[in-house]
Amino acid sequence: MITVRTIATHHANVQCLEGGSGADLVFLHDAGGVTPAHPFLLRLSERFCVHAPLLPGFGGSDDAPSVRDMLDVTLHCFDVIEALGLSRPLLVGHSLGGMIASEMAAVAPNDVERLCLIAPAGLWLDEHPIPDVFSMLPAQFPPLLFHDPEAGAAMMTAGVRMDDPAFLIPFLVTNARQLGMAGKFLFPIPERGLHERLYRIKARTMLLWGQSDRLIPLAYAEAFRAGIAGAELVVLPEAGHMVTLEQPEAVAAAIARFGAAPG
Amino acid sequence: MRFTWFNLMPWRWMPDDFRETNRSVWVDIDQRLFDPVRGHALYNEYMDMLEFAATLGFDGIGVNEHHQNGYGLMPSPNLIAAALARRTSKAALVVLGNSIALYNPPIRVAEEFAMLDVISGGRLVAGFPVGTSMDTNYCYGTIPALTREKYAEAHELIMRAWREEKPFAFNGRHTKLRYVNLWPKPLQKPHPPVHIPGGGSVETYDFCIDHTYSYSYLSFTGYLRAKTLMQGYWDRVAARNAADDSPYRAGFAQTVCVADTDAEAERLYGPHVSYFYNRCLHIYPGFADAPGYRTVKTIQSGALAQYGRPVFANLSWKDLTEGGHIIAGSPETVRQRLEDLIRTLRVGNLFLLLQVGDMPKDKCMHSTKLFAERVMPKLRNMWPDYADDDRFWCHPLAHPVAPAPIIREPEPAA
Repeated sequence: MITVRTIATHHANVQCLEGGSGADLVFLHDAGGVTPAHPFLLRLSERFCVHAPLLPGFGGSDDAPSVRDMLDVTLHCFDVIEALGLSRPLLVGHSLGGMIASEMAAVAPNDVERLCLIAPAGLWLDEHPIPDVFSMLPAQFPPLLFHDPEAGAAMMTAGVRMDDPAFLIPFLVTNARQLGMAGKFLFPIPERGLHERLYRIKARTMLLWGQSDRLIPLAYAEAFRAGIAGAELVVLPEAGHMVTLEQPEAVAAAIARFGAAPG
Repeated sequence: MRFTWFNLMPWRWMPDDFRETNRSVWVDIDQRLFDPVRGHALYNEYMDMLEFAATLGFDGIGVNEHHQNGYGLMPSPNLIAAALARRTSKAALVVLGNSIALYNPPIRVAEEFAMLDVISGGRLVAGFPVGTSMDTNYCYGTIPALTREKYAEAHELIMRAWREEKPFAFNGRHTKLRYVNLWPKPLQKPHPPVHIPGGGSVETYDFCIDHTYSYSYLSFTGYLRAKTLMQGYWDRVAARNAADDSPYRAGFAQTVCVADTDAEAERLYGPHVSYFYNRCLHIYPGFADAPGYRTVKTIQSGALAQYGRPVFANLSWKDLTEGGHIIAGSPETVRQRLEDLIRTLRVGNLFLLLQVGDMPKDKCMHSTKLFAERVMPKLRNMWPDYADDDRFWCHPLAHPVAPAPIIREPEPAA
């Protein structure tokens, strides 16, 4: 059972999805946002006390024009942790959320002890250009984001046809708002200098990737592993970039193992 | 009325199967379609046409800025305007305009526009568009959600640079300059007239009204579809208690083709109009509107439009003329429809697209000449009550210098 509460921060009132019990875990979502019914949150909440704040401009969180760049959003996420009253929670981030989590761990290395990055954005390899999600039409997303595009499309639309206005209009409006915010950190190239700061990360780090990630391919996992001292990499089969949707149980179980490991 | 002969400078050699073989005319168009030798001729031909229009009594000749675009060869309209300044003497140079959020630092626009104004003897009409999402976001990489903020800051910097007479420090969020000290300054004081191309947002209406800038709607869908948008502007002019509702507060761009008869117009220009609407406007919908470029409110009102089927696909001459996308026919037909346009939209500035698609020079000159001689004079005095309103137009020097003949060194004595 995931509940929603609103917390006040300097930049905006934001929503936080919460549930479960145990060690505190903060989950930073990807550029598509996250909802209380997300299977990954449910699985995580069976093992942790999960806090999943929605970035400004996402879901029920207010917009925040004053959050303009990577430093703004990084500090905002620390503000959220502060407002939640948490101390050094296990920090998990997926895609955009992984980029922000990496930045947090690099900016304040003594404040992030355990870090789980699920197919994080934030690096750029010329040999492996990340596709431009900002110019894509809805129907182009499933083959890019999912190991199984057909099943992925069904997950995106809740079974409605992709060209059905009942899906398309709210999708486009939501996307414009959310990707508008995400664009501050990801447009036009999803890279804001993180590679120059990765060396600062002290957190024990797990990288987690879907084997058939076609958005941020496995080459990036190697680049993160090379940049973060001691990082371990877990690759899950039959999963694409949306590994949290395609393999929610396996991802949650891997994080639980990582969270429970000594040291 | 003020008439500007406006040129987009389309590339004329996009193949018949362009729609099938290219995703988009804009942003990621196939570079191999550009041939610089043909381009050499084409630029010169288009400038010839602009200069020809100036000799026929058009009030202005107009250019604009697009990037990586098959229907626009002007990433830098200022270069074209500079060339035109030397071979024209009376026509306003209407640069509509510079996408000021894209210049880094934007003081560059204040400088180049000042140069154009000084070189031309005060003939500059300065346009400041936000820029399309294709140009601004996809080609030039501006973060969509920050585009308008950058635009507003660039505007503030440029206007201060034009007005202020001593060096000042500018501490913007996107531009920081310790010594803003414009050199040269524009000839027109306090600054050249400003036109703002807009697409229907209330913020842009208010921006124009508050600064006494002319609001220009540059659309390719014609005046019948523009009524709602322009009425929105005039409602706002009234609601904001503007000092007046002079039609020169507004401008509109319209594709126009003139021939001796309506049938002749279709025969002469039909293929070129089809080229424009079916090839030049073949834009990949994913480039139309980067997330964050427009407000959520704007998107809610028309979310599906951009993702629907291409608006212009397979429109016939009849569809395009009856739908008002284009105004075409005999001089009398064109006069009637333009009169309707001018009255219903209440516009004092008309930007005429008389070169259309792959229309060659001879046809373009024919249409332009018929317009200048048999249409323009009859529409000239549509707004007699506002004949003295010169706030939105340039104020050239009374006695500008003309370029001197090229001085040739005498042959050395034998």
